[in-house]
Formats: sequence, C-alpha cells, structure tokens
Amino acid sequence: LLFSCLVFLKGVGTVERKNLSEDQAEQFFRSGHTNNWAVLVCTSRFWFNYRHVANTLSVYRSVKRLGIPDSHIVLMLADDMACNPRNPKPATVFSHKNMELNVYGDDVEVDYRSYEVTVENFLRVLTGRIPPSTPRSKRLLSDDRSNILIYMTGHGGNGFLKFQDSEEITNVELADAFEQMWQKRRYNELLFIIDTCQGASMYERFYSPNIMALASSQVGEDSLSHQPDLGIGVHLMDRYTFYVLEFLEEIHPASQTNMNDLFQVCPRSLCVSTPGHRTDLFQRDPQNVLITDFFGSVRKVEITTETVALDPNLVGLETRVPNDEMATEPLKYAEQLPVAQIIHQKPKQKDWHPPGGFILGLWALIIMVFFKTYGIKHMKYIF
Amino acid sequence: MGYRLPCGVRFPTTLTPFSSPEADAALLPLQEDSLGALTVYVIPETSPLLPQGVGVYVGKHRSAVMRCPQGPGDVLAAVSARVQQIVQAMSFTTDSITAALSDRVPMDQLGTDTRRPFKSSLGYEITFSLLNPDPKSHDVHWDIEAAVSGYVQPFLDKLGSVANFSVDSQILYYAVLGVSPRFDKASSSFILSALSLPHVINPVEARLGSSATSLYPVLNFLLYVPERIHSPLYIQDKDGAAVGTNAFHSPRWGGIMVYNVDHPAPDKALLPLRVDVDMVRVMEVFLAQLRLLFGISQVPLPEEFLLESPGNKGLTDWELDRLLWTRTVENIATVSTTLTSLAQLLDKIGNIVIKDDVASEVYHAVASAQTAMLELASGHLGSAFQASKEAVISSERAFFDPSLLHLLYFPDDQKFPARDSLSV
Repeated sequence: LLFSCLVFLKGVGTVERKNLSEDQAEQFFRSGHTNNWAVLVCTSRFWFNYRHVANTLSVYRSVKRLGIPDSHIVLMLADDMACNPRNPKPATVFSHKNMELNVYGDDVEVDYRSYEVTVENFLRVLTGRIPPSTPRSKRLLSDDRSNILIYMTGHGGNGFLKFQDSEEITNVELADAFEQMWQKRRYNELLFIIDTCQGASMYERFYSPNIMALASSQVGEDSLSHQPDLGIGVHLMDRYTFYVLEFLEEIHPASQTNMNDLFQVCPRSLCVSTPGHRTDLFQRDPQNVLITDFFGSVRKVEITTETVALDPNLVGLETRVPNDEMATEPLKYAEQLPVAQIIHQKPKQKDWHPPGGFILGLWALIIMVFFKTYGIKHMKYIF
Repeated sequence: MGYRLPCGVRFPTTLTPFSSPEADAALLPLQEDSLGALTVYVIPETSPLLPQGVGVYVGKHRSAVMRCPQGPGDVLAAVSARVQQIVQAMSFTTDSITAALSDRVPMDQLGTDTRRPFKSSLGYEITFSLLNPDPKSHDVHWDIEAAVSGYVQPFLDKLGSVANFSVDSQILYYAVLGVSPRFDKASSSFILSALSLPHVINPVEARLGSSATSLYPVLNFLLYVPERIHSPLYIQDKDGAAVGTNAFHSPRWGGIMVYNVDHPAPDKALLPLRVDVDMVRVMEVFLAQLRLLFGISQVPLPEEFLLESPGNKGLTDWELDRLLWTRTVENIATVSTTLTSLAQLLDKIGNIVIKDDVASEVYHAVASAQTAMLELASGHLGSAFQASKEAVISSERAFFDPSLLHLLYFPDDQKFPARDSLSV
C-alpha cells in the first residue's frame, strides 16, 4: 500500500507498473530462444516467375529490417531477376505496381543462386550434411536455442514443390529433414511458411515437435498472383505474400503482435484461396508467440551485476609509454583530378588532319551521282 | 572423486597467525591435485585459522577448510553432512547435471541459467570490439593486446583442456547503438532503460563481422564510448537504478559495456580528446561476463561459507572441475543421441551406403563414450572428459558426413509416383 502511494505520488506509477507486468509477461511467454535464423527459398526460374523472387526478397527485406543479420540468413534464389536481360529497370525487383517499392535494395546477400538452388543443397543446408569446403555464409549454423523461419515459394502441387522446373521435393522428404534437424536439436522452434498452389499439402506430413506452419492455399486450390505491372510486363507478387508483406511493414522490433494476427492475414475475400495453418505440433499457444520471435531478432539481455576482482600488479605488463605523437600535419589526399585546371583551361587547338577515307568516298559518290544525273558536259566547268 | 579427511592437522606455529589463503597455498603440495579431486581439512572448533562466523573456507585450488561442528550428538554425522554440502558446492549436484542435459528436458522446467551458457563446443572465437561513434570528439586508445595477454589469456589457458579459443579485436568507428538514450534531468545524464537494451545489439551486429569467418560459436564483447553529446550514458535496470558495472550481456552472444569519458570544461576542450581506456576496469567486467557465458556462475552457498576469489586467473580450480563434470555428461548425452539418431536413419533407409571412414568414426565414438562412462564411474575426471570430447568429435563427423543425405538413396516415397497417382 505504501509502495503504491509512493509510486502514485512520484508520478511514474504507470511506468513502474508496466515494467512489473512486462516482467510477468516475460516470465510466462518467453520462448526460450537466443538467436534467430531464416532460410528463404525461391524455387522457380524464368522471367515470368518474377513474382516468386519478389516474394522471397520481400520476406528477406522484412526479416533484415526487424533485425536478423545477413550472417543468420540463408537466401536461395533460383534465378536472377534484377539483372535479367528482360528487366526494363535493371538492379531492381519491385513488389508493388507502379514501381513503388524496390525490394532488391542495396545490400542483398544471396547465398545460393541460380543453379545452386537444388533439392539436394536445400536438404543439405537443413540437415547440416554439408561438404567441409562450404563457406560459412552457406551454412545453417543453428543450435538448440535457435528459432528458424523457413519460407518457400514457387510452383507446387499436392505433396510436392517444384525446384528449377526439373526436380521436386516431396512433403515426406521435408518432414524427414525436419525430423533429422530435431534429433540433432538444430532448432528450438520452427516457423514454416509456404506460398505455392496447394501449399497446405506440404505441411501435412510434419511429425517433429515445435513446428508451426502456414500456407497460402489448401489442397485443391491455387494460389493466385497479385498485380501485374504493365511497365515490367509480369505479375509482381503473389497475393498471400503481398498481404503478408503489408502486415509485416507495420511490425517493428518492439511490437507485441502475435501469431494469431498473422493467421488472419489474407482472408478468402482478398486472396481467393484459403490460407491454412498448423499449430498442433507447437508447444506454446500461438496467442503467446510474438511475430518478432521468428521474423526479428530481439535478444534477451541481462544486466551484469558482478565483476571479477583483478589485481593489475600481478600482471607482468610492461607499461608501454604512450608515444606522444609529434603534431604532424593533417594528412590530405593528393589531388586525384585537377578539377580547377580542367574548368579553367582553354580549349585545345586541334591539329588539322586531311579527310579520311570515308569522307573522300562520300564526296566521290556525291560527285558521281551529280554527273550521272546532269550529264558529263558539266565536267569541263569543273576542270 | 574421493575425499580424504585428515582431521586435526597441526600447522607449524609461527609468531604471526596464518591466514586462510596462506594456509591454502601452503597445503597445496600435500594434496592430490588432479582434476576432480577434492580435499577437505577439518580443524578444531576454536582454531583461529578461520575468521569468526565463518564455518567453511573454500580455497582457490581444490581444497576446503571447515571447522569441526560443535554440539551434542553424533559428531561424525554432522561432519559428514557438512562435507556433503561442501562437495555439492564444489563439484556437482543433481540440478547441475540436469541442466547439462537441458535439451532433453521439457522447456518450462528450466531457468535462465541453462539458456545463458554456450553449449559444449570444440572451439570458441572471442572478439573484443571498441565502438567509437564519435571519432571527432574522442580519440580512443585501448591497449587490448596487453590486456588480453595479461587477463584473458590466463583464463583461457586454464580452460585450454575444454576447447580451443581464438581471440581477436577490432575498432569500429561511427558505429551507433540502435537506440537513442533518454536525457534524465535529475542526474543530468543520459539513460538507457532496461527495456530498450534488447534493441541495442541488432544494428551493431551486422557490422561486427567476426562471425563471417569462423564455424565456431562467437562471443562478442563490445566496449562503447558514447558520443560527446550523449555523455555520460548510464544503464538502468528494471527498477530504475543505475547499474554499477554499466554493462549488460546477452545469453549465448556476449556482452556490452558503456565506458564514460570525463570531459573537461567545454571552452578548454581540445577536440578530439585523447582517451586511454582503463583496461583493468573493462576486463573485470568482461571476465565476469565471460564466466557467465561459460556457465561458471556463482553457486548459492550457505552463509558461513567463505569463498576465495579466483584472482587474476578468473577461475578457480574447483570451478573448472564443476564445468568439466557437466560438460562430460553433456558430451556423453550428445554422443548417445547422435548415434541413436544415425542408427534410426539407417534403419529407415535400408540401402544407405556407409563408407569405411564413417564406420570407423562410429566405432571410435562408441568406444570413447564407453571409456568416458567407465572413467566417470571411477571418478577420473580428466580422462573422462578427454574421452567424451573425442567421442563427440567422432560422432559429429559420422553424423554430418555429406554422404549420408537420405535423398541420395531414393527414399521409398519417391520410388513409385505413378502408382500413387493411379491409386487416387
């Protein structure tokens, strides 16, 4: 009672109560992860599948914006749209028509590109059975406290997803890969999002714990694309990911939005297909799962309260006398381009050269035509 | 692990009374100082060796000194109970072993302590970074090489049997924290509240760069010198109190410390101001964070226990033993789950081809794990730990061999696609 009075008098009551309740909230809902990873896969190639690359890049952009660094993102793009010869605006990939939002940006780091995006490489990334020569940026170095977001998009069917127009990954293989990950404790919780036709079939076979799955359409339905851009000439995004992107643009690293809101994204009226989700394997209630648990990288922190007592005298350090640097002139760059000189110099006198072969030939042609037309009798007036 | 009880050891009488640390050092050559061993000395109730009110003194090495508990009843039972307490504090308890098996225990039963330390790994990379967001005002120098070789390297050398360590350092300019600090009129300083701390790390992390090169887990320690316009900068905890160390850490990631610089009066200031960082203060905090991140936390002890501080090594011998006990158990558990999982995979895919070197790794892993368990049972901690480490290396190599990808062996579901579609 006294405490609450004091708090009231001080006028910081709301802040302190909010701190207490946030503390309690933390106790109940914390997910137990300490780092976040994302594996984003686009499986289609060819220019008319522009929208799949745009889908993946928009999820990449959101995930980076919310805090996951490139070193924790494995981005796999099966084709290069930004530098495709058919792209009228090179080095861009747009997600909104009228070229409103360029999701390619300045610092996209693609880890698996073009023909490297195969079912085998994807499964190797997930299970960790990777050749020792693979660079670090191509590995999924998650541990038992990692929350992983896996996003896949492309063309799919009932129970499979097509890679590169030449091979497929089945839902059974995917489920087995996740089980291999679970047995080696390569994830704490996993969020699987898929935007393809009949996407719900891909998560039917999962049997490992702590997996939550979302899909853009049910079995038997097609996922539709969103808007075409008449300037670029292709459909820019798929509907489901377009609305997910709009939803994610509202999220910032401190937001408390939970998964139930993500399940409501893109209802049938907007998406035409019926998005589905699966939470039976997930231990926590989706109400308590924050969006930033998977899409962002909000780290748990603790205040350091103790120190180790060190005795500097015991250390055999030679105290290096800091060199008093003599005051040197500040260093300057040498003039790389003498701009002043160029601006003020007079135009150079060009030396005269006799006309080259082309000019001579041209004049000869003109003269011959003239004489052909008007007759040879004019020749004597020339010579 | 065994313990001897030489009751009533007599100390040579000198004019000046011994203090407990001196006694500890003097007795060191008498002890069996191998990994996992523990020596408890029982002294008379009235002995002046221990200060008043202190019942047990725990030394820097592997010994403890306890007073013979007075009182009616079975003295031997009372002594035994107290020795039990000491043993639990200095080696392992059921809880600490359970925590080592944390990834096999349901989540809600664990506290933050189990999530903070790094998992057992063969190596770690430690990076010290100095962040200077305002080079125009501060010309910061830190003698990191000397500090590392003087304070951090002894700690890492002591942990040398546990893992390989590589240490590097860098200075980052114009690296700002992701959060703008609030100005607090009462203390005329800038405040970073506890709620905004989680968002500080991410913008900086992309620039740290160290994780691009190593496959081992990375520990990052950042020293942030605030900008002149945001000085002094203090961290507040949840209750609004200023934090003494001005530092915080993130589980399984590393730590950040804010180093405030004294600024002379504005008209006298000659920018940029030269700042020589006091490495001792900084290393005290970083070493404490390093200990926490390795799971060497303070054990809650009864009141009459007096703990000797670990000194410049940062780690006492018995704390190292504690770490090794839990790590050995963790390693053996990891090996068993890895090999079980591998066996299940082989059962599932009948035609998988096991190469000879994978097979030999599996045999080696099994043999080492069995050796480790035998050594643990007989209390030889050092050899048990080495055996468990070898078992982990072999089992990981076998499990993650690239040739074991199930896809390569035509899983059953891919063999008969035509039949499936016909049956529908």
